[in-house]
Amino acid sequence: MTWGVEGLGVSLGQSQALDDITLDLPAGRVTAVVGGDGAGKTTLLRVLAGLLLPTRGVTRLPERAQVGYLPARAGGFRDLTVAENLEFVASVCRLPDAKRQADALLERTGLAPFRRRLARDLSGGMRQKLGVIMAVLPEPALLVLDEPTTGIDPGSRADLWHLMALAAARGAAVAVSSAYLDEAERAAWVLVLHDGRPLLAGPPDRVKASLPGSVVEVDVPADPARAWRRGPRWREWRPGGDPAAVEPGLEDVVIAAALAAAAGGEP
Amino acid sequence: MRAMVRKEFRQLRRDRRTLALMIMVPLLLLVVFGYVARFDIRQIPTAVVGARAEAVADLLPEPFDVRIIDATGDRAAAEELLRRSRAIIAVVAEPPLTILIDGSELFAAQSARAARLGSTAGLPIDLEVEILFNPELSTAVVMVPAIIGMVLTAIGTVITSLGVVRERQEGTLEQLAVMPLRPRDVIVGKITPYFLVGVLDMAVITAAGLLLFNVPFRGSWLVFAGGAFIFLLAVLGIGVLISTLSQTQGEAIQLAIMTMLPQIMLSGMIFPLTSMPWGVRWISYLLPLTYFIQIVRGVFLKGTPIDALGVPFLALILLAALVLILAVLRFRRDLAPAGRKQSTAAEAAS
Repeated sequence: MTWGVEGLGVSLGQSQALDDITLDLPAGRVTAVVGGDGAGKTTLLRVLAGLLLPTRGVTRLPERAQVGYLPARAGGFRDLTVAENLEFVASVCRLPDAKRQADALLERTGLAPFRRRLARDLSGGMRQKLGVIMAVLPEPALLVLDEPTTGIDPGSRADLWHLMALAAARGAAVAVSSAYLDEAERAAWVLVLHDGRPLLAGPPDRVKASLPGSVVEVDVPADPARAWRRGPRWREWRPGGDPAAVEPGLEDVVIAAALAAAAGGEP
Repeated sequence: MRAMVRKEFRQLRRDRRTLALMIMVPLLLLVVFGYVARFDIRQIPTAVVGARAEAVADLLPEPFDVRIIDATGDRAAAEELLRRSRAIIAVVAEPPLTILIDGSELFAAQSARAARLGSTAGLPIDLEVEILFNPELSTAVVMVPAIIGMVLTAIGTVITSLGVVRERQEGTLEQLAVMPLRPRDVIVGKITPYFLVGVLDMAVITAAGLLLFNVPFRGSWLVFAGGAFIFLLAVLGIGVLISTLSQTQGEAIQLAIMTMLPQIMLSGMIFPLTSMPWGVRWISYLLPLTYFIQIVRGVFLKGTPIDALGVPFLALILLAALVLILAVLRFRRDLAPAGRKQSTAAEAAS
């Protein structure tokens, strides 16, 4: 079953939060929704979680019991222990054999020694892992995770991506938002949002190949409006192409596409 | 420093609730202390019973406001009128002329006693004065039952609203919204622990009040429990309602203070309703605590039967129902937005 949205538009008050978004979420695939602050990532994920009414378009979503959702910054009920949080999910979702599976997930993510620790006493990364485990435990058909890796260390980020891959391998459609473009390359499909509209979409390699023009690496940019810092040097987008082009990362492609969109051209 | 002051002013201007609190509270206190904070009673509802009731009623000076004249009544009938709160003073117009004063109405009783002493010389006959229900006119006896209501109000509004708002702030309310729980499961599950804690609190305060302050309990435990049950539902509903109007715990506390202050000031707990001008008194009749205090003082001090408490019970039930319906509707909107149903419909159509 392929979940998703088609021609989606969402208005929040006077502002157009999302416009003309089409996204398929097939079973077994991890889809990354990326974009800058205010791009519309959380709005799209709240629609996918069934928490927000679309103004326009069609949504294909499973029933409530088949959606696993982790809101941004959430990570379990703070006054419950890790084990109690998972017991609550198992009880609400009526999972008869949840303990064994919960134990396996805790072991896999390094949370097993902290079963009796209150969620409020966990580090940020541990809480995020707990939140993802809570969303994954019922084995939902659609797993929606809003920036689960924001603000946590690389090791924990790797653990979380491993959890998402496991959920997809079990047949879940996974939609995850992230502000980190480097990690979005781990997804099988990327949707890049810009000002509430789709900027780029496709497998990471295809998105990278869609770069209009080329990207060069320079010490002093010729056109500062088309340049961005990358380590100690600058990268600059050249719409007409350049023989000195470097292999662009997803981040470069997204920035170049945003510049192209701002300039009025299609990415 | 100028930049700091300007920043604070800008923030304050946009923080409408704090601004409202800063402006409304002084205004409320001014109104309360200007118009409401009166311990002197200008009119005391009075009943006169007995064979010479008509004649005696004509002789009674102010502040006795004769509302009932019953020539066939006797002392027992007079006591019953006080027990049912139909009057604060009952005069038995038979020799010896007896004035019965409802001691649960502390300030009215004190005013009545003072007025009687001042006007004894004007009356042609000897009379006796008896204070019923609270013969020593003890403040604790009158205040302790009302304080039960105040404590329950604090628990219901502040603790409940904070508990719900904290979930919203941490994003766990949205986690609940997506779980296979019906909105009513979440609402009832959320309120039940606070309700039970409220019941426990009520039991502890009541026991402490009875034991430590020698407050009498003359009525029916069942009537008291019924009133407390409905009142608890009303204050919990106010707490949930506040939580649906607040994004942060700070906002919830501000709103809770705004709802608690008028309840404490205008419910009759401190200042008698009979001394309030109607321009303010109507607010009292919109507050659940007003009716709970009438029930609890009646049951504790006077043994008022349920059939004499029909009005406060009915008002409390209506207020509780109104507040709970509003709270549940707003809470449901948070948990199950219309979008979910339309999405499902769209899915079915596709």
